[in-house]
Amino acid sequence: MGTELSTQGVAELREIAARYPHAQSALLPMLHLVQSLEGHVTPAGIEVCAQILDLSAAEVSAVATFYTMYKRRPVGDYHVGVCTNTLCAVMGGDTIFERLKEHLDVGNDETTDDGRITLEHIECNAACDYAPVVMVNWEFFDNQTPQSAAQLVDDLRDGATVRSPRGARVGTWREAERVLAGFPDNRANEGPAAGSASLAGLRIARERDWTAPAANGSDSPRAAPGPREAAEQSAYSGNDAIEIEKSDSEMRTGKGNDAS
Amino acid sequence: MTDLLTPVLSDNWDQDRAWTLASYEAQGGYDALGKALVMPPDDLIAMVKDSGLRGRGGAGFPTGMKWGFIPQGDDKPHYLVVNADEAEPGTCKDIPLMLASPHTLIEGIIISSYAIRANTAFIYIRGEVLHVIRRLHQAVAEAYRAGHLGRDIAGSGFDLDLIVHAGAGAYICGEETALLDSLEGRRGQPRLRPPFPAVAGLYACPTVINNVESIASVPCIVANGSDWFAHMGTEKSKGMTLYSLSGHVELPGQYEAPLGITLRTLLDLGGGVRSGHELKFWTPGGSSTPILTAEHLDVPLDYEAITDAGSMLGTKALQIFDETTCVVRAVLRWTEFYRHESCGKCTPCREGTWWLAQTLQRLEDGQGTESDLEVLVDLCDNILGRSFCALGDGATSPITSSIQFFRDEYLEHITGGGCPFDAEAATLFATAGAHA
Repeated sequence: MGTELSTQGVAELREIAARYPHAQSALLPMLHLVQSLEGHVTPAGIEVCAQILDLSAAEVSAVATFYTMYKRRPVGDYHVGVCTNTLCAVMGGDTIFERLKEHLDVGNDETTDDGRITLEHIECNAACDYAPVVMVNWEFFDNQTPQSAAQLVDDLRDGATVRSPRGARVGTWREAERVLAGFPDNRANEGPAAGSASLAGLRIARERDWTAPAANGSDSPRAAPGPREAAEQSAYSGNDAIEIEKSDSEMRTGKGNDAS
Repeated sequence: MTDLLTPVLSDNWDQDRAWTLASYEAQGGYDALGKALVMPPDDLIAMVKDSGLRGRGGAGFPTGMKWGFIPQGDDKPHYLVVNADEAEPGTCKDIPLMLASPHTLIEGIIISSYAIRANTAFIYIRGEVLHVIRRLHQAVAEAYRAGHLGRDIAGSGFDLDLIVHAGAGAYICGEETALLDSLEGRRGQPRLRPPFPAVAGLYACPTVINNVESIASVPCIVANGSDWFAHMGTEKSKGMTLYSLSGHVELPGQYEAPLGITLRTLLDLGGGVRSGHELKFWTPGGSSTPILTAEHLDVPLDYEAITDAGSMLGTKALQIFDETTCVVRAVLRWTEFYRHESCGKCTPCREGTWWLAQTLQRLEDGQGTESDLEVLVDLCDNILGRSFCALGDGATSPITSSIQFFRDEYLEHITGGGCPFDAEAATLFATAGAHA
């Protein structure tokens, strides 16, 4: 307690509230912004949200404690989430999580002494075709191994530039929370359109010239547009953020990520 | 004869900068919008009804019928809310769709909003997918600049505002009424029905809530006609859809095919179960759909046939597990997930999932007894159909189905004093040599 949010921070919270037909709808993104400004959901942040939305602090707290992304203790610069829901766990997520706990000397939902990494096991993050999955500040790191995950957190602690294979250069957790609050960082054009697994079926369809049926009375169905040749290289080209390109088998076995 | 794979929604995912308006329009994007905006809205609803499109979020409810429930001529605002809270374990189709081609969804939203006469729409997307949210923000901004959103869209007199709303980590918010409470700035807990959202949804106004893939399927229906769409698929499960293969399969990923393809065919296309191993069990549509086994490989993956086989098509999330996987461990982990995600509103789910997890842990640790299996079945009987929403029902699915198919494996945990499996043998990196 005791601290207050900056004037600009409060103005931005009001800006979020003004986006919605009913201001209270803004509470979730407002709490994301509080985390961006404060490093976690603070009593001062709760108080300001309550004032802006004409709620009690208890009502705001009730919401803040319901959702797992809201943290009541300071989060490190990098939130590392290891999926340990069944499919990722079986594919290696459990081993990765154990390895990172040991490597970082922290338990679940704990932060390293240098304040760099907060480690947490997370639930299914909708990337099962890239299992096992690790998230850093909610960017995807696909097909991980214990070695690649240890290297990843080492790189983060060392301040190396780390890019998601299906996303952008990883910023800080606070910067990510600001985007979630609805303030874009203009980095949508980093990264590819799709990862390799997302294109698995499409690649086969291209190879075998399979398409959706043509529409009646139309010679070019919406389903079968334009040039096919562009398909060959474009999904992985023209992007400035692809750091690692590996063959499918390397990606799948994680060999290419092995530090050992 | 329709091809085995029919990329429509995924057709532009391999294009250069597919997420941009320029790329989308170069592929014919927003042509369907122009066509829709000169049609009477009721004709659009009829068109989607005729196409046979059913909700792709799991329940399979006819989309056009849902739209038809919205009262017209009332004085209340109408809302379209897109459920982009993809979190059902195993489900991974909406996230790649929005990452690669957010404009497909946005065009669908504009057409759908025009049809149900909504002037405000929301994309409620889970918060844990930062780059997807970036792409949506940018695509919405592009659509406003191009005049596809905002006031008097393309001179039609139709106004629409679209808000991208990031959630904050709660599986229950995928349940449509919990999503509405969350979108109103509350804890995400499901609402009593009736009233249904079509009558009293967001802000107590008529609201349609549709899954991402459902709404993204609307532009191709408008562009090519309802007959074109209905020509694909089976008699009652029409159209193409995204099947998601994951787990112990050589080529996991997204496979867009007409409804009714079998897992055997999909596995053939996906290179089969990982080399040197065989299929043990799988989910047809996420962890909330009862598991199936190799005996179900030839069941058509459509709403009717999978139901007849004792499961549900759900989200078409095909999680493949080979013989190295301990079914008790798999089910325990899913159960821990439901325990964690239970919202606490109703007693059967809140208390029941805790007891289920404890009992399963005891069995996995080799400290269970045969009567624990009866306890599990009894608990499931008391949760299924007695919970406030489908989360509790879903929690029972993996348990009852795994006991049905793998009772002996549960018993082995008891008689053998613990889990007989080597967890490392199931991992991706355990088989690195097999791919060389």
